[in-house]
Amino acid sequence: MARLQLRNLEKDYGSFRAVHGINLDVEDGEFMVLVGPSGCAKSTTLRMIAGLERVTGGEIRIGGELVNDKTPGDRGISMVFQNYALYPHMKVRKNLSFSMRLKRRPSAEIEQATNHVSSLLEIDPLLDRLPKQLSGGQAQRVAVGRALIKKPQVFLFDEPLSNLDAKLRASMRVRITDLHKRLKAENQQATVIYVTHDQTEAMTMGDRICVMKDGRIMQVADPVTLYSRPANTFVAGFIGSPEMNFLDGTFEGPESVRAADQTISLGADFARRLSGEPSGGVTIGIRPQHLRIAAAETPGTLKGKLNHIEFMGHEVYLYVDIGPKRIIAVVPSASYDRGALRDDWVWLSPDPKGVHLFDRQSGENISLAL
Amino acid sequence: MTDHILSQNSPAAHDIDIARSRETRRHRLNAVLRYALLTAVGLLMLYPLIWLIGASFKTNSEIFSNPGFWPENPTLDGYIKGWKTSTPYSFGTFFLNTLWIVIPKVIGTAISCTAVAYGFARFDFPGKKILFAALIATLLLPNVVTRIPQYLIFRDLGWLDSYLPLWVPSALAGDAFFVFMLVQFLRAIPRDMEEAARVDGATTWQTLIFIVVPLLMPALISVCLFQFMWTMNDFLGPLIYISSVDKYPISLALKLSIDTTEAFEWNRVLAMSVLSLAPALAVFFLAQKYFIDGISSGGIKG
Repeated sequence: MARLQLRNLEKDYGSFRAVHGINLDVEDGEFMVLVGPSGCAKSTTLRMIAGLERVTGGEIRIGGELVNDKTPGDRGISMVFQNYALYPHMKVRKNLSFSMRLKRRPSAEIEQATNHVSSLLEIDPLLDRLPKQLSGGQAQRVAVGRALIKKPQVFLFDEPLSNLDAKLRASMRVRITDLHKRLKAENQQATVIYVTHDQTEAMTMGDRICVMKDGRIMQVADPVTLYSRPANTFVAGFIGSPEMNFLDGTFEGPESVRAADQTISLGADFARRLSGEPSGGVTIGIRPQHLRIAAAETPGTLKGKLNHIEFMGHEVYLYVDIGPKRIIAVVPSASYDRGALRDDWVWLSPDPKGVHLFDRQSGENISLAL
Repeated sequence: MTDHILSQNSPAAHDIDIARSRETRRHRLNAVLRYALLTAVGLLMLYPLIWLIGASFKTNSEIFSNPGFWPENPTLDGYIKGWKTSTPYSFGTFFLNTLWIVIPKVIGTAISCTAVAYGFARFDFPGKKILFAALIATLLLPNVVTRIPQYLIFRDLGWLDSYLPLWVPSALAGDAFFVFMLVQFLRAIPRDMEEAARVDGATTWQTLIFIVVPLLMPALISVCLFQFMWTMNDFLGPLIYISSVDKYPISLALKLSIDTTEAFEWNRVLAMSVLSLAPALAVFFLAQKYFIDGISSGGIKG
């Protein structure tokens, strides 16, 4: 029932267009993550969905109903803010029940709902504390509880974990995903829109991820697709760590490309992935994990000078200079024999399955035909 | 080996001890000097007040013969006779009159200034900048300039010799200073909590009452306190608009006992001055904690 649809959604601030007519469909019960660098208008989009920001153009539909002109309270949404935004003068109990008290629900019902939510989030012992007596993680759980108690059709999360330390963030990540699954199992509508700039959060939490840049949607897909079939250089560079290596090259034929005065052979299988021949130059994208150390002077591999080595335990990061361009290769520790040292020449062979070709002009991926 | 090192170090440790005790002594001396100076200056500033209280217990003749503040023959005469006043009304009437001016004025100020400040701080409306500039301009305008036009307006409304000219401007957020103060305070409060309240389903007014006002409380208490004290001390306002003695507030009543025919009974004037100071002082001390309290913490802890 609680499908969320955005149709040609636009937002202008004066003469500046922050959101350029985006279209997005979020299915009922889906966990959708909006991710992008700061300034990509993901928060603005979320605030428009919440009704905190006026829509310049386009439509927002929740459960099929047009909500453009509805107040935030009438949209059937609830929101968790980055700074928690707990009411500082109210105890946790009152914070949780504020929305219900505004609606003048019977006190027995309020009591019951408060207890249910607090046991779900394990915040029962905190009910009689003031927000300033809570730690960051506790405050965050109370904020989630306040959103939960409304039984909204759509949950909105605005970078809720960015104020927590790394360890707590990891545990809250699991907790929120768990909660989403549990609500789904309890047959409560739990469509989630989750805004973050952290790709780890996006990749681990989202059913689908919407990557945004400069007020436009770059790609909407599930995490695996996003990683293995990025639609353009932006998505390819944004998702994955360390970042994908990009080399400017030219197209030599369907089975090989040329970059930094070297020919990289990609094999017949690769040729079939190409959707037409690119007119101009291409950008070759290879994830660090898709590079292997090859034997010296192997034809069709990339020759480079080893600049720096980082030993990470189960894998090794090799920083290799290929001409003026530095790329990173991540190889399993086992396959790295420690023979190669700084300033040695190494040969890297890319796994053709992990190589992407992008049109240099448009940045679009042209190797997704299969 | 360890012993060796320790014994080598001990002269140094001794030196450190000496230096430390010297430091402590210096600190103590500093503190004594500081407090002595502060006490002296504080006494100097408080002396008129102390003298006032002392003199209120003196007889009228002793006030002029004995320059010290300690009364030789303490008497409550000034209080008893001063309270009766030379008018048909006791000083109690004037106290009640003052409260009857002050309390509605303070309440009106608190409500109207909060609403106006909320509007300026949180909403965009056409002409906002011009209106805010006008507000600040009235802040810079000397009061004297507006006295005569205001008087004419209130005369035409038939409000003279009533408390309306004292109440109404404040109840319509006429005190630009307070509006400005609250606007500045509100600007420092993050909007998140209000947005959360709106998402929770609160209307604009509910947000104002349940969320903004509690957050604004420290500033609001300061506003009430200022308004209370300034109104208590206001002499010119009542002097211009109030003409019948039965409506006089304390500030005018004190003056009243000065120009009666029965010579200047200074001890009565002083005794009543002491009494009229009491409410303002009491309120200030009661609200001191909030007055000094800064913005409510906790809402934005990381």
